[in-house]
Amino acid sequence: MAVLPLAYLAVRSFERGGGVVWDVLARTRTAELALRSLSLAVAVTAACLVLGVLGAWLVARSDLPGRRAFGVLLVLPLAVPSYVGGFTWISVAPGLTGFGGAFVVLTLVSYPYVLLPVAAALRTADPAVEEVARSLGRTSTQVFFSVTARQVRPAALAGGLLVALYVLSDFGAVSLMRYEAFTLGIYTSYRATFDRTPAAILGLVLVVLAVALTIGERRARGVVAHRGRRNPPTAPLGRARVPALAGSVVLVLLTLGVPVASLVWWLVAGTSTFSVADVVKTTGNTIAVSAFGALLTLLFALPVGILAARHRGRLVRGVELAGFAGHALPGITVGLALVFFGIRFAPALYQTVPMLAFAYAVLFLPLAVGAVRTGVAHAPPVLEDVSRSLGHGRWRTGLRVTVPLAAPGVLAGTALVFLTCAKELPATLLLRPTGVDTLATELWTRTEVAAYAAAAPYAAVLLVVAAIPALVLDRFLGGER
Amino acid sequence: MSGLTVKRLVAGYGGDPVLREVDLEVPEGGLLAVLGPSGCGKTTLLRVLAGFHPISSGEVWLGERRLDAGVPPERRGIGIVPQEGALFPHLSVAGNVGFGLRRGERAARVEELLDLVGLSGFGHRMPSELSGGQAQRVALARALAPRPGVVLLDEPFSALDAGLREELRADVRATLKAAGATALLVTHDQEEALGMADLVAVLRDGAVAQLGRPQTIYSSPADLGVALFVGEAVTFPGVASSGHVDTPLGSLPTSGEGRGTVLLRPEQLVLGPHGIASTVDDVLFHGHDATVLLRLADGTAVRSRVQGEIAVRAGDSVSVSVNGPALFFGNTP
Repeated sequence: MAVLPLAYLAVRSFERGGGVVWDVLARTRTAELALRSLSLAVAVTAACLVLGVLGAWLVARSDLPGRRAFGVLLVLPLAVPSYVGGFTWISVAPGLTGFGGAFVVLTLVSYPYVLLPVAAALRTADPAVEEVARSLGRTSTQVFFSVTARQVRPAALAGGLLVALYVLSDFGAVSLMRYEAFTLGIYTSYRATFDRTPAAILGLVLVVLAVALTIGERRARGVVAHRGRRNPPTAPLGRARVPALAGSVVLVLLTLGVPVASLVWWLVAGTSTFSVADVVKTTGNTIAVSAFGALLTLLFALPVGILAARHRGRLVRGVELAGFAGHALPGITVGLALVFFGIRFAPALYQTVPMLAFAYAVLFLPLAVGAVRTGVAHAPPVLEDVSRSLGHGRWRTGLRVTVPLAAPGVLAGTALVFLTCAKELPATLLLRPTGVDTLATELWTRTEVAAYAAAAPYAAVLLVVAAIPALVLDRFLGGER
Repeated sequence: MSGLTVKRLVAGYGGDPVLREVDLEVPEGGLLAVLGPSGCGKTTLLRVLAGFHPISSGEVWLGERRLDAGVPPERRGIGIVPQEGALFPHLSVAGNVGFGLRRGERAARVEELLDLVGLSGFGHRMPSELSGGQAQRVALARALAPRPGVVLLDEPFSALDAGLREELRADVRATLKAAGATALLVTHDQEEALGMADLVAVLRDGAVAQLGRPQTIYSSPADLGVALFVGEAVTFPGVASSGHVDTPLGSLPTSGEGRGTVLLRPEQLVLGPHGIASTVDDVLFHGHDATVLLRLADGTAVRSRVQGEIAVRAGDSVSVSVNGPALFFGNTP
């Protein structure tokens, strides 16, 4: 079901013959768009790898003062939607547009994709391996490059490729920074011309690029670092202590300080330019649409997730693969696919809330399946066996054992989907019913016309919404420390 | 409580059956250990008895009641104690023990059972606050609470430390006896099976190779495979005739005829003033006893188990003699 709209997108692309497809692909503009997107992805990924690995080492292995606080603060930018980041930067530095602006904003919001897995790998890597290397006569620096770096390589690569995927499918930052990358090209082409076939074809190309990256990520994963029983010791920073601390503070200021300061500034400076009633109404819309989307997603995810948790084999591998593919599906392409699909087969649903909810379900199904699977895994079958041997039938066992154990994980997952729906921009922009604006689309529209003060309250609400899952995420990871 | 009878039981997962004709009998109030290496079908046997896995053919009787394939797990009256306990993590100790009880009798029976397993006062604790041994006791109390016909224990001690395991074995046996329970325990640990159970069934390739009292299994194993599985052994090839067999340790009394394998237990090899000359290769000290590795004049390596003070060291020359008859297993043609 999730694949249907995409399949239709492919059909739609080839409807007018391979010649048209070839024409669109052969245009210099297509090559330009691809080149722009790829060069941005490469630059951002490289910067994120440097920032992420350094940050991870500082919070996981060094004696950086306040490293626990930094462990939280350095991860938080993950929660800032790229278009909120884009808004806050462009509203304080209007000159920062194009490649440079997109590069700065995307790097600052996506480096935690590298930091998180690398920090986890550094924390769980078996310190005994490093100790053996020391005892065999290597210095601590040599050990870092010959042993530690090897242990975290899969995590860093996986994180780096996630960053690349994020950049490829990002619409918010590049559109606000007016950097014509692939996603913005698709949107412009869709809006500007009557002939929408080129948009469909470009959407497909983007999916192909993203899938290629995903496969590359799976290949590059390699051996996962061996899990140790002890926590690794911390390394003294010595003379590097002050620069390391200063660097961390600057990073936090850039990633969190700038957005917050800019929001506060605009909120204070521009109180007269926005109506509270509008913000409340938009927030209400967002909640309604997201709740519908989250419930629909859960409905699809429950059977798949339960199957995946309880049975091994091909299906599970399929679900895992779909989970990775989920990162690769750009919102703009899914939105576009549903636009075409809706116009052709379900005109009554086109630009309605159910259609938008369905788009959310397609986009966030992997996220929900993962949550359901984790939840159900908390209720292993052996507990059901025990309950039945104690005289309770299938239904009572489900009610008394499986549901209470699985519910927290499933609910947390649904909440996460809800919050993710609330932040979604490109698909919402294409599919929202006329007159129904969400926080994300309001922010985007107002920033487009440089009405920064009017946009600020939406950005503030979004930032709060977005911070919730990041804080929860850190709570979960906190358990491993 | 009632006895458990299994007749010509066959079960599997499509293809070749995992259990091929298993016959077992546990008398009322008895404790039977099913001993076998991993992959011999122990877990499948438990799942079949508890009603989680279908029978291909054969019969299972609980006392006078036949448990057909149609009897679901909740109506069998068979309690299970899974590996590592598998307590319900969302319920307290009392909630776990009372899970299979009716509301009216719950409180009193939970108290009674916690008392029986030596955990009175632990009712309000959560499973995450228990040690491994305590969790196993709670799991046992939970299984015993509804007064099942039989309790099945699946390698219940495998995840525990050696010292704790020993202590818990004795406690579990005492608890089962005090409750008058009929129990079936599966394990791959010879010491556990022989030391704890009234009866031992050696399961091999999905069939019972031997069923008997622990002493019988150890001293008169049905075949060489059982003999090697249930304890350490010293073996030589040999030819038996008219009640004797020639070995590097001299001519030993035995039963059987023809070509085959001679088997001695290490404790039958005695170091002393008489016997065959040998050299001590090494001494492995176990605390309660020790194993002395010996090399005979012709180069054959043997091992002797010695109790008490160890008077020899590596390199010493000692004489070794054999106490009691040797087991002899003829080659199957």
